[in-house]
Amino acid sequence: MKDTKSLATQIAFLLIPVAISLAVAAILVTAVGRDPLEVVDAIWKGAFKDSRKLGGVVNFWIPLTLVSIGLVVTFRAGLWNIGVEGQMMMGALFASWGAQALLWDANMSPLLNLALIALSALGGMFWAFIVGALKIRLGVNEIFGGVALNALVNVISIYMISGPWQPRIGGSAQGTEPFPVPALLPEFSKSFPVNIFMIFLVFAAFVVVMIMLNATRWGLNLKAVGVNMRSALLLGVATERTSMSAFLVCGALAGIAGSYRVLFTFDNLRPLASGGIGFLGLLVVLLLSIRLLWVPLITFAFAAILTGSTRLQIAPSLKLDSSLAGVLQGMLVLFVILFQGVREVFFPKALSGDDEAIEDSVPSASSVVGQKR
Amino acid sequence: MNEEFLNTLGSIIGTATPLVIASLGETITERAGVVNLSLDGSLALAAVLGFAAAWTAQEAGVLDVPMQIALGIAVAMLVGALIATLIGFSSIKLRRDQVAVGFVLTLLAADLARFLGADFTRIPGPQITRFALPVLADLPILGPIFFQQNVLVYFSYILMFLIWFWLFRTKGGLSLRAIGERPEAAYARGAKVQRLRYWYTFLGGALVGLAGVAYSLNVKPGWSSPPAMQGDGWIALAIVIFGGWHPFRVVLGAWLFAALRAVSSNIQTNGLFIFGQEINFPFVLLNTLPWLLMILTLLIVSGGFTERLLQYMPRAVQHRMRAFLRSDPPKALGTRFEME
Repeated sequence: MKDTKSLATQIAFLLIPVAISLAVAAILVTAVGRDPLEVVDAIWKGAFKDSRKLGGVVNFWIPLTLVSIGLVVTFRAGLWNIGVEGQMMMGALFASWGAQALLWDANMSPLLNLALIALSALGGMFWAFIVGALKIRLGVNEIFGGVALNALVNVISIYMISGPWQPRIGGSAQGTEPFPVPALLPEFSKSFPVNIFMIFLVFAAFVVVMIMLNATRWGLNLKAVGVNMRSALLLGVATERTSMSAFLVCGALAGIAGSYRVLFTFDNLRPLASGGIGFLGLLVVLLLSIRLLWVPLITFAFAAILTGSTRLQIAPSLKLDSSLAGVLQGMLVLFVILFQGVREVFFPKALSGDDEAIEDSVPSASSVVGQKR
Repeated sequence: MNEEFLNTLGSIIGTATPLVIASLGETITERAGVVNLSLDGSLALAAVLGFAAAWTAQEAGVLDVPMQIALGIAVAMLVGALIATLIGFSSIKLRRDQVAVGFVLTLLAADLARFLGADFTRIPGPQITRFALPVLADLPILGPIFFQQNVLVYFSYILMFLIWFWLFRTKGGLSLRAIGERPEAAYARGAKVQRLRYWYTFLGGALVGLAGVAYSLNVKPGWSSPPAMQGDGWIALAIVIFGGWHPFRVVLGAWLFAALRAVSSNIQTNGLFIFGQEINFPFVLLNTLPWLLMILTLLIVSGGFTERLLQYMPRAVQHRMRAFLRSDPPKALGTRFEME
C-alpha cells in the first residue's frame, strides 16, 4: 500500500513539471500568435515523418548521448565540465586536420577512419586536460576555465576556416571545403542516413562507463571525490588523479562527438560545429540527477525535439524561431529541479532512500564556486 | 594630451558600462552568499525585453522619448531581478543547488531571448543619448574621459561609491558581509539572513537587468541574434572574482577588459603599424585575448600559482603582495543556510 502511494507521488512529481513546461511553452506560442497544436504537429513531423527524418534525430542523438555519458562521469566526480562544448570542438578540429592532412583514397583501410576518430578523442582529451590542470593544479574554477576554453577554440576554428583551411574558391568564414569522401563516415543508406558504427560505439561507451562507474574501484573513487573531496583524500583516494581521469574520459567522448559532427553531419568544418550539443548534454544530466541509466532515452527525446523544431522555421504557417526547442528543454529541466525541491521540502515522506543517496552526489555550489584554499 | 586618445579612453569607459553595472550587481549578490550564474542569459533577456518595451511605446506614440527609455529600463530591471530571485528562492526555500539552477537559467534565458526577440531583430528603436555634465565636462583630461558620457555611465560611478560606502561604512553593509561570510553568526546576532539574501539577490539581479538594457538602448543599439553581448555575462562573473568582491577593484577590472577589447578590435579594423611598418598577423586571433586575460587573472587571484610565485619574493613584501594579488570569496558563497 505504502509502496504504491510513493510510486504514485513519484510519477506525479515527474509529470507535474513536464505539464507545467508544456503549458508555459503553449502560452508563449499563443502569445506570439501561433497555434500550439500546430507547433506540436510540426515538431512531430519534423522528427518522425519518415525514415530520413528519423535519421536526422539519430544524428543528433549520437553526439548528444556521447557527451552526456561523459558528463555523468565528471558530475560524479563533483566537476562542472562546462568546457564540454569546447572539447567537442577541439575533437572536430583534430578530425578535420586528419581528414585534410592525409591523401585519402577509396582503397584505404577502414582502420584509418578509426584512427581519425581516435585522433578526435585525443583532441577532446587535450582540451579537457587544460581545464583539469587549471582546476586541479592551479585553482582556476572549472566553470570559468571551461567557458574561456570554449571561446578560445571557437576563435581558433574561425581562424583555421578563414585562414589555413580556407576553400580554394570563394573563401569565406562559412566553412572548409568538404572533406574527401573516404575520410568521412559512411551512410547506412540514402533513406536512413546515419552511421551504424557510431551507434554501436555509443552503446559500447554506455555499457563500459556503466560498468566502470558501478563495478570498479575507479567508479567508487569518483563518487568519493564527488561527495567529499577531503574525506576521500583522507581515505587514501588519489583525488587529483581521479578528478583528472574524469575530465579525460569526458573529453575523449566529447571529442568523438565532435568528430561525428564534422565527419558525418556536415562533411566539413564549420564555425560552432558543436552546435550547443555539449550544453544540452549538461541539461540532460542535470535533469536525470546524474543517473546514467536513462541517459540514452532522454537524449533521444531531446534530439527529437531539436530535430523537429528545425521545421518550425520552414513551415509557412508558423515561421517560428527554432530556439523554442531550447526554451522547452530549459524549462523542463528547470521545473524538474524545482519540483525535486518542492517534494523534498514539503513532502519529505515521499522520498525513497535510493533517491536521497543519489542526490547527495550532485556537486554542491560551494565545492564549485569556492576556490581551493 | 592628444584629443583623439582622450576620446578613445572615453569610449572605453562608455562601452565598459554594462560590464561595470553587471559586475557590481553580481558583487552584492555574491557578498550575500548567493551565486547568480545566469548572467550571460539574463543580460540577453533583459536587453531584448527592455528594448521591446521601449520600442513598443515608441511605435504606439504614447510616451515621450525619456519615458520610453525609462519604461525599457524598468522592464529590463524587473526581468533581471525576477531571474535572480528565482535562483534565490530555489536555494533558500527549495534547497536546490545555486550553480545548477543558475546554469539552467543561463541557457533558458538566452533561448527565450532569441525566441521572443525574433520579431525585434535589427530594427531601430529609442536610444539613450550622450549628456555632457556641465562644468565637469570641460575639465582638462578628466572631462573628455569621464564626463562626456550618458546617464547610465554617471550612474555607474555613483553606484560604485554607493556600494563601497554601504559595504564598508554602514551597519547594513556589515550585516550584508556577515550573511555571506558567517551566516550562523549573523543570525545569532539578529540578522534576518534569508530575508536579506532575497533582498540583495533581487537588487543585484535588477542591476544585471539594467546592464542588459544598457546594451540594447545604448552600447549595441537594438537586438540581433546571436546577441551582441554574448559571453559578457561570463566575463562579468570572472571580473567579480578578479575584483575580489570589492567594488573599486571590480570596476577597474571591467575597464581593463573593455580597454583590451577596444585595442584588439581597433587593430582588427585598422591593422597594426609599428614604426610605420604594417605588421602582418592573423588578427582574428586577437579575439582570444579577453579569454586569455580571464584565465590569467583567475590564475593570479586564485589558487596555488600565486602562492608559488610569492615564495620567491622577499619575506617583507610577501604579505602585502598576497593581499594585493589574491582574492578570497565570501566564505559562505553558494552555500545554503538553514535555521535550526
